[in-house]
Amino acid sequence: MDKVYLSYNNIVSAYGFDSNAAVDAIQAETTSLRLIEDNRILPQPFCASRIDPDLLFNVHAQLGPTEPYTPLEQLLMVALGKVIAASGLELNNRVGLIVSTTKGNIDILEANRSFPEKRVYLAELGKMIKTFFGFQNDAIVLSNACVSGILAIAVAKRLIQQGRYDHVFVLGGDLVSKFILSGFDALKALSSVPCRPFCKTRMGINIGELGASVLVTKDENLIIPESVALLGEASCNDANHISGPSRTGEGLFRSVRSALTQSGLAIEDIDYISAHGTATQYNDEMEAIAFNRAGLHTTPLNSLKGYIGHTLGASGLVETIIGMHSMHRNKLFASKGFQEIGVTQPLNIIAKTTDRKIDTFLKTASGFGGCNTAAIFQKVGP
Amino acid sequence: MESYHIQSYCHIRDQEISLNGTSIFKSGETNFADFIKSAYKILDTHYPKFFKMDSLSKLAFMATEVLLTSETEKNMALVVSNRAASLETDRKHYNSLVGDNPYASPALFVYTLPNICLGEISIRHGLLSENSFFIFEDFNAEVLQDYADNLLATGKTEKALCGWIDMDSGKYDAFLYVVAKSGMFDHSKKEINRLYKTE
Repeated sequence: MDKVYLSYNNIVSAYGFDSNAAVDAIQAETTSLRLIEDNRILPQPFCASRIDPDLLFNVHAQLGPTEPYTPLEQLLMVALGKVIAASGLELNNRVGLIVSTTKGNIDILEANRSFPEKRVYLAELGKMIKTFFGFQNDAIVLSNACVSGILAIAVAKRLIQQGRYDHVFVLGGDLVSKFILSGFDALKALSSVPCRPFCKTRMGINIGELGASVLVTKDENLIIPESVALLGEASCNDANHISGPSRTGEGLFRSVRSALTQSGLAIEDIDYISAHGTATQYNDEMEAIAFNRAGLHTTPLNSLKGYIGHTLGASGLVETIIGMHSMHRNKLFASKGFQEIGVTQPLNIIAKTTDRKIDTFLKTASGFGGCNTAAIFQKVGP
Repeated sequence: MESYHIQSYCHIRDQEISLNGTSIFKSGETNFADFIKSAYKILDTHYPKFFKMDSLSKLAFMATEVLLTSETEKNMALVVSNRAASLETDRKHYNSLVGDNPYASPALFVYTLPNICLGEISIRHGLLSENSFFIFEDFNAEVLQDYADNLLATGKTEKALCGWIDMDSGKYDAFLYVVAKSGMFDHSKKEINRLYKTE
C-alpha cells in the first residue's frame, strides 16, 4: 500500500494565524490560556484559550468572502486557505476534504444568531467549506468526540490507500461556546486555573478554540521540511463506560499496540509521546496505566493542553502538527503546568523544553464514548 | 485483493423493525419513545441501561440487538454515519441552558456527541474495536465501503458493522449491516444502496 505523508499545515489560534506563531510560543513555554469573564458563556469566570473574533473576521475578509460566514466557518476557512495555497494543488476529483469537529456551528442554536438553523447541521458546515474553496468532492465530516482530530488523519490515510483520493486536506476546529462550557461545568471537569496535565495538583480541563489544517498525501514531491510519514494507526474502544475512561486503559493500550505493530517499529524506536493529557483525574491516570502496560513509561512525554487547552475536534490534529514541528526542530517541548507526578504509574514527563534528536513520535487521544486513537509518525523531511 | 460480503442487515424505520428484509416487529405507535420501548419489550431484551440512553443510542442499540443476536465475532469495527449527528439531544441540552431556570444536566450532556451510541454498542457487545462516526448530507455507501474495506484488508478488523443511524425531530431511520469474508450479498456500493432502500 502507498506510503502516506503529512505535509503543508496551518494553525489558527490565540497565538496567531500560522503554525509558527503557535510553535514559537510553545517552544518559549508561553501559554495562551487566560481567565475570561463572559457571562454569555458561563456566569463565573473561566480559563480558556480564545481567538479575538474581530481579528479573525478581518483575516477572513482577506479571503474575499461574498456572503456572511459563522465564526467557526471563518476559523476553518482561514486555517485551510493557507494550506491549499501553499500546496499548489488543483482541487480536482483526486483531492478530498475531511472536516473534524465535535460540535460545529452549535452556537447557532442561540436564538440571537442571524444564520438559519440548517447551518447547525455538520454536513452543511462541510458544504460551506467545500463550496468556498471549490472542492469537487463532498466534504467528509468526522465527529468522534475528542479523538476526531487524530482519527481524521487516520481516515485520510485509509481512504488514500483504498484509492479514493491522492491527497486529502484535513481540517479541524471547535469554538468555545456556552453549549460546551456549561456541559463540562456540569460534569465538574473545568479547571478555573491553567490546567496541569499529569500533575498532582491537577484540577480539570480548560477548553481551547483553534482551527488547524494539514495536507495528507501520497505524493513524495509534496514533502516539506517538517513532513512526517504516518506509519501506523489504530482506534480501539474501551467497551467500558460512555463518559469515564477505562480503569485499565484497555482501549488506549490496544490502540498503541496495534499502531506499533502496523508501523513495524519497536517500543525503543519511539522518541516522544504527544499524549492526550486533559488534566482530569481519571483521564491522566488511565493514560499512565496504558503507557505503562505498553512499556512506554520511560519515553519522554508531554501534553500540550497547558498551552492551548483542550481544543476538542481540533486537538488530535493540532497536537500532531505541533509534534511535526517539534520533531523538525529537534526539541522536546515542556509539558506546561506540570510540577509533580500525580498519577500512580511512572511517566517521563518533559519538565523543561530541551534539545533532543527526535525521529519518531506517538500521538494519542481518548474521548467520550470510550474511544481511543494512537498514531505513529516518522520524520521524512531533510 | 480479497472481496468482502454483507452477511446480514437490519432496518428500523416507519414504526417497523426488519432483519434481512423480513419484518420482525411492527407497531402503530407514532412516537419514537413509545415505539422503541415496545420493541425492547416484545423482542425480549434485558438491558436496564437502555432506559438511560438518549434516542439516538436507543435506535442504534435496538438495531444492533437484532443484528448481533447470534454473532460470535468480537473483532468487529463500527463504521456508522448519519445526517443530524446528535442534534436531537443537543437541542435538549441547549434548551435546558436558557430560560428562567438554566440547568445543565451531566447525564444529558454526555449524549451530545454522535459517537456515544457506538460506545453503548461496544459496551453491550464487548467490542474493543475500531469506531468511527461520519456525518453526511445523505446516505453515502461509497465512503462506508472504502473505509470498511480498508479496515478489513489491513487486518484491523475481522468484520465491520456499518450503516446509518439518524434521529432528528422525532424522525428516525436506521440501517445497519455486517460486512464479513462471506455472506449473502456483495459488499459493493450498488448492493449497499439497494439494501439501504429495501423496505
